[in-house]
Amino acid sequence: MKDLVLRGLSVTLGGRTVLHDVDLAVHAGEMLALCGPNGAGKSTLLRALAGLTPNSPQADPRRAAYLEQGARCSWGLTVGEVAALGRIPHRDTARQPVDRALDLCGIAGLRDRRVDRISGGQARRAMLARIYATEPDMLLLDEPTADLDPAASHEIMALLRDTARQGRAVVIVLHALDLALRYADRVAVLREGRLVGATAAADALPMAAAALGLPYGIDPTPRLLPP
Amino acid sequence: MKPAAIVLALVAICVGLFGLSLLVGGAGFGVPAALILWQIRLPRTGLALLIGAGLGLSGAVLQGSLRNPLADPGLLGVSGCAALGAVLAFYWGISESFAPVLPLAGLLGAALGCAMLLGFAGRAPSGPSLILAGVALSALAGALLTLALSLAPNPFALAEITVWLMGGLEDRSLLHLALAGPPIVLGCLLLLRLGPGLDALSLGETAAASLGVPVGRTLRRAAAGTALAVGPGAAVAGAIGFVGLVVPHLLRPLLGERPGGLLAASIPAGGALLLAADLLARTAPLVLPLNQEPRLGVLTALLGAPFLTAIARRVAP
Repeated sequence: MKDLVLRGLSVTLGGRTVLHDVDLAVHAGEMLALCGPNGAGKSTLLRALAGLTPNSPQADPRRAAYLEQGARCSWGLTVGEVAALGRIPHRDTARQPVDRALDLCGIAGLRDRRVDRISGGQARRAMLARIYATEPDMLLLDEPTADLDPAASHEIMALLRDTARQGRAVVIVLHALDLALRYADRVAVLREGRLVGATAAADALPMAAAALGLPYGIDPTPRLLPP
Repeated sequence: MKPAAIVLALVAICVGLFGLSLLVGGAGFGVPAALILWQIRLPRTGLALLIGAGLGLSGAVLQGSLRNPLADPGLLGVSGCAALGAVLAFYWGISESFAPVLPLAGLLGAALGCAMLLGFAGRAPSGPSLILAGVALSALAGALLTLALSLAPNPFALAEITVWLMGGLEDRSLLHLALAGPPIVLGCLLLLRLGPGLDALSLGETAAASLGVPVGRTLRRAAAGTALAVGPGAAVAGAIGFVGLVVPHLLRPLLGERPGGLLAASIPAGGALLLAADLLARTAPLVLPLNQEPRLGVLTALLGAPFLTAIARRVAP
């Protein structure tokens, strides 16, 4: 895929300017994390990349797949049916991409279970399988690890990092800064609707900490490590 | 069972009830005289099938597009406008001078109601805005209808209007069938194409938009198709409730909950349900000590309500 470049993007919603003059490039093969305090405009920026805000560049739904925060299904569709919704942009009912997506997300065995009768973590994977079934060039995810247990969060982040390694672009909105710094290639920091900067994840901590208004340093408390 | 087999079975039930409905009447069971068959039984049976099909399909489409298991075609107010049109024709006594005026006035009411609904909902409606527009239109039609009733010229007109409003299919002619049939079929064809859009909408309007589904257009088509599919029915047969609400709930245990997967089956299911209800209405005076048929709209509600409570107990929290 070609790099996606936003230049001078401003988004006004309900008379309030939520994003001011944002310049951002998303490269193929990288995982870019959007970080910053609540209300910084992360989700709006992600929606703009998906072509879902007024005056954002039009996005092709076959190439950019978007998973909203707390995505849920109104009806008791089966896991397989939810994943198959990812084929709607292609207007086909191809089975292989759906099967691959279910395998990739580790829920092939749950195919015929209803998404409202499985655990929250499994339902999240079903939603993830939906965007994998589209086989897009760019995956846009808003807080895909929110309210998942730590092991599941690491698994999903690792899956997304592998997806980026295969040449796709992954853009992810994350509050969990430790996950962002560990798994992302680049971190873009937003604050009050402006892009503070975007740097390699290894160098991003000072900028992110400043945007969040927190000190940073070495904390010797024992903590969980990724699997 | 495969979905196709279930649709086929429902169609078979529908055909069976259609045949039975042609053979059963006030005179009992048997092949009637040609005149009775063509002028009385066929219009009645055909209307029951078409109106039931339109109600069933619009119920499935509305529940899917509004993501609400309580949605019913009556919610959008188009049926209320059709009833208002017909009642006004009664009110001014035009219907006595020229018989086709009644269904025509009902159709006009439905068309005006549909235009107002789409106008109220705006260019890019969302689910809640469509529901609110429908509730506003229902309230308006209901208020005007009550006004017409309270100003009724004489008690006979009042009684006539009230009975008509309860819904029924007796004494309808081929003319009624010819007036109501084409728009109902057109509406059903429009609604049947919404399947993938409704599937996408089960993830919410933002997610549907990200899948390339034009959400506003899908909702407008659902509203317009519903108006076409149920307005003419209300214009010729009065208010028939519960069919649109019950049919999707009946089908979900058989076909799963994917909204688009219910559409094809909801046509024969709705048709069969109303054919059965009408058969029941017609045969009730033969069995029970009634001096006339129970009204069809009353019967569908009488049967539908306990049925729905039974379904409601099984719906997961």
